[in-house]
Amino acid sequence: MTETSPVAYDSKIEGNIIFTKVDSAMNWMRKNSLWPMPMGLACCAIELMAAGASRFDIARFGAEVMRFSPRQSDVMIVAGTVTYKMALAVKRIWDQMPEPKWCIAMGACASSGGMYRSYAVLQGIDQLIPVDVYISGCPPRPEALLEGLMRLQRKIETEPALRDQKRELIASYSGTAQ
Amino acid sequence: MAAPSLSSTVSAISGKFKVLKKTEFRGETTLHVEREAIKDLARFCKDELGFTYLIDLSGVDHFGVEPRFEVVYELYQFELGQHLRLKISVSEDQLEVPTVSDLWATADWHERECYDMYGIQFPGHPGLTRILMWEGYPFFPLRKDFPLAGRPSDMPDVAFSKAAPLAGGPFVTTPSTATAKDREPRSREIK
Repeated sequence: MTETSPVAYDSKIEGNIIFTKVDSAMNWMRKNSLWPMPMGLACCAIELMAAGASRFDIARFGAEVMRFSPRQSDVMIVAGTVTYKMALAVKRIWDQMPEPKWCIAMGACASSGGMYRSYAVLQGIDQLIPVDVYISGCPPRPEALLEGLMRLQRKIETEPALRDQKRELIASYSGTAQ
Repeated sequence: MAAPSLSSTVSAISGKFKVLKKTEFRGETTLHVEREAIKDLARFCKDELGFTYLIDLSGVDHFGVEPRFEVVYELYQFELGQHLRLKISVSEDQLEVPTVSDLWATADWHERECYDMYGIQFPGHPGLTRILMWEGYPFFPLRKDFPLAGRPSDMPDVAFSKAAPLAGGPFVTTPSTATAKDREPRSREIK
């Protein structure tokens, strides 16, 4: 039986020590364990389910833990048509998610209202909450969702996790130290 | 086996109730009846003629025609496999139709939808509230004088709506005998 060795880190070679930056380490942890809040509102949710199931297996990217409580989620996947009746409920759930949080607008409807140019449909969820990744398609295939997820991971990699988000905290500490 | 004829059913109805108009189209029978008689007729259809199943109840807006609205009842009789359609006209000044939800429970939600979309009231209904739009929404969206793009509305903390960008639309078909290519929805002026 051949042994496969992890590409990035080999404990036999490197021991128990990794040299990195705090930002990178935090981002590395964040991006590989994105817990999605599945905001399934229409047919896109079926593709979202397919992405979560065995064939496409979103677990390969660490995002298999669909959380039905916004308090435990990192990324909201808005999958489907957002009607005006639903819009404020989506916003409310988004507000309950703790920072840091991201949003994926999955499919044409969530991105722009899609084919529903009508009285009942919000013309894109970005009118209410900030969107990080838009995925085209009606509905997008699970591969497209995984591509969107990987783009989000790449985006998270580049974020200055500590510097931006804890700036006030660090400032308050350094203030008391002096 | 061909479906049994409806003629005995129709004659039973026309013997007891006033039928304003009878239409036959592609084997479907439609009876236009008076609005005031619809409750008694519905009960007669269910109890005497065996139409125990209300397939659908819907509203129609003939904007510009008086009376403006129509309520359509689709009935089904299981034993003989008969369909029957009843239509009543409702004018804009008197937007009231007695409920049939006590006869067919399915009419409960159908009447709510009819009220939600057209504003037709159903006195006697157990809880006539909006079913698709939110409570307090000021318009009736399926009326012909309501624009497809919608109108802005705002109820703080409840819901809001904005007019949708139609980008050259609305993209609608126009009825004609032209080919499907000419009939397909395109941006065009509609009066």
